[in-house]
Amino acid sequence: MPEPVISAQGIDLTFQTADGPVHALKDVNLTIDRGDFVSFIGPSGCGKTTFLRTIAALETPTGGRISINGQAPDEARRARAYGYVFQAPGLYPWRTISGNIALPLEIMGFSRAERAERVARVLDLVELSGFGGKYPWQLSGGMQQRASIARALSFDADILLMDEPFGALDEIVRDRLNRALLGLWAKTRKTIAFVTHSIPEAVYLSTKIVVMSPRPGRITRVIDSPLPRHRPLEIRDTPEFIDIAQQVREGLRLGHSYD
Amino acid sequence: MPSRSAKVCVWGIPTTDAAAQTSGGVNPTLRTALPILMVLLAIMVIWYLAAVWMNAPWVRDQAARADTVLTTGDLIRQTPSLDRPVLPAPHQVAMGLWDGIAGQKVTTKRSLVWHAWVTLSATLAGFAIGSLAGILLAVGITHNRAMDLSVMPWAVASQTVPILAIAPMVIVVFASMGVTGLMPKAVIAAWLSLFPVLVGMVKGLRTPDAMQLDPMRSWSASAAQVFWRLRLPSAMPYLFASLKVAVAAALVGTIVGELPAGATAGLGARLLSGSYYGQTIQIWSALFMAAGLAAVLVVVITAVERVTLRRMGLAR
Repeated sequence: MPEPVISAQGIDLTFQTADGPVHALKDVNLTIDRGDFVSFIGPSGCGKTTFLRTIAALETPTGGRISINGQAPDEARRARAYGYVFQAPGLYPWRTISGNIALPLEIMGFSRAERAERVARVLDLVELSGFGGKYPWQLSGGMQQRASIARALSFDADILLMDEPFGALDEIVRDRLNRALLGLWAKTRKTIAFVTHSIPEAVYLSTKIVVMSPRPGRITRVIDSPLPRHRPLEIRDTPEFIDIAQQVREGLRLGHSYD
Repeated sequence: MPSRSAKVCVWGIPTTDAAAQTSGGVNPTLRTALPILMVLLAIMVIWYLAAVWMNAPWVRDQAARADTVLTTGDLIRQTPSLDRPVLPAPHQVAMGLWDGIAGQKVTTKRSLVWHAWVTLSATLAGFAIGSLAGILLAVGITHNRAMDLSVMPWAVASQTVPILAIAPMVIVVFASMGVTGLMPKAVIAAWLSLFPVLVGMVKGLRTPDAMQLDPMRSWSASAAQVFWRLRLPSAMPYLFASLKVAVAAALVGTIVGELPAGATAGLGARLLSGSYYGQTIQIWSALFMAAGLAAVLVVVITAVERVTLRRMGLAR
């Protein structure tokens, strides 16, 4: 029985800029169920990041209703309903990796002992055990991004919002991290919303793919993936996989993304 | 495997060795010291030439009065060793400094060390007050819109008032209230060191960008938490840069504060009395003492900066 955790109805968002209003989101309706892995895909400027930020109460919609676990976004944020992974790792250079991961825990008032215990656990989860004492600049880009995922996981929110977390990484590292992310998702049973530019990434990871198009930012198609939850990398060569990728491409064409 | 070994030679350690050898195998300390020594030597040469040239009229005048014939050799011998030269020669200044530092008891007014301490104590007091005020004002400016709009113009205006005009007034006003000695000078020093710290800290506290602030927002961090865990650490490099400017400015402020109203203690008073009595060697000694003091202060702050930034993991 699907249990909705995020539901958006008629979301509109207009930014007032010096060049006049920019219609970032128009009439976005979407329901995300518990345990879903939902990818948002579309060209730059289609509002996928803006929508994710709206869920996180980092932007306020100008119209419509959004609820997370039945709460308004800012209440949900205070209730620590989600962890957010940003495009750039955004680790603080004066803190070690452990210090960075402990930062949200400090802010949320966890005890020292519990902080240490949680940091060790999430470091292990993203396979960075032994790197806790290093500073961010001593780590590669992929490791930094893993540390920022660990930071978002540290306070154990049920929802993980990820904004192109692997966008800046090469394909080999990206494959590895994608597989690790699926493992994590299977292990922790979290609900994940994931923004990406890559069709194979979206198809490989998601149970639901949301195709968006720009000017104004809107949803053109929602594709439910029939792929099983357990996905070895070879699944990308199966006819089902290629068929879903084809549907995504069609959806993008429908939104004039290739014009 | 020949191509591989060639690669090592091009990109590997042997190349660095070769590079060291092409520059003649000079040891690195000497290589950095050599340009400095050359510049120092050039300054000495120019200084001696200037001393001969500027002191020559007086020597010629004396010779004319005594009706003696002056050879060029005499001129060059006599000009750098006058009692009250227009421009003392480097070795005269060095001797004046040495006598002032090591030749006198440090508790007497003849000791440069004693005068330097008088100046230093007022400088440090003013520097501490000014820096603290600068930091506090910067925190206010970055957290309060009303302060942002109102304080900065006044801070800028305060710096356009010439310190030479304001210093005697400060001294006189304080003296009329019965306050003399360290405090009035410290106020002038604080006045000068406040501004660089204020500007540096405002810039530093505003360095964090959306990339660093967004995570804080996503954790619902309070303004105080953002300040202590993000803004203040980000501002540290800016703070140290401005502290170096501020400490030098504080020293200048203190010396200016020692000039008026016949002060008898401090490097500024030493400069003033030297110029009253035509003791140019005394003036130059005090000047070099002040420069040395400023250098020591900046070196100390640099050392604290290095330790702090290394502990923060910011120095690589």
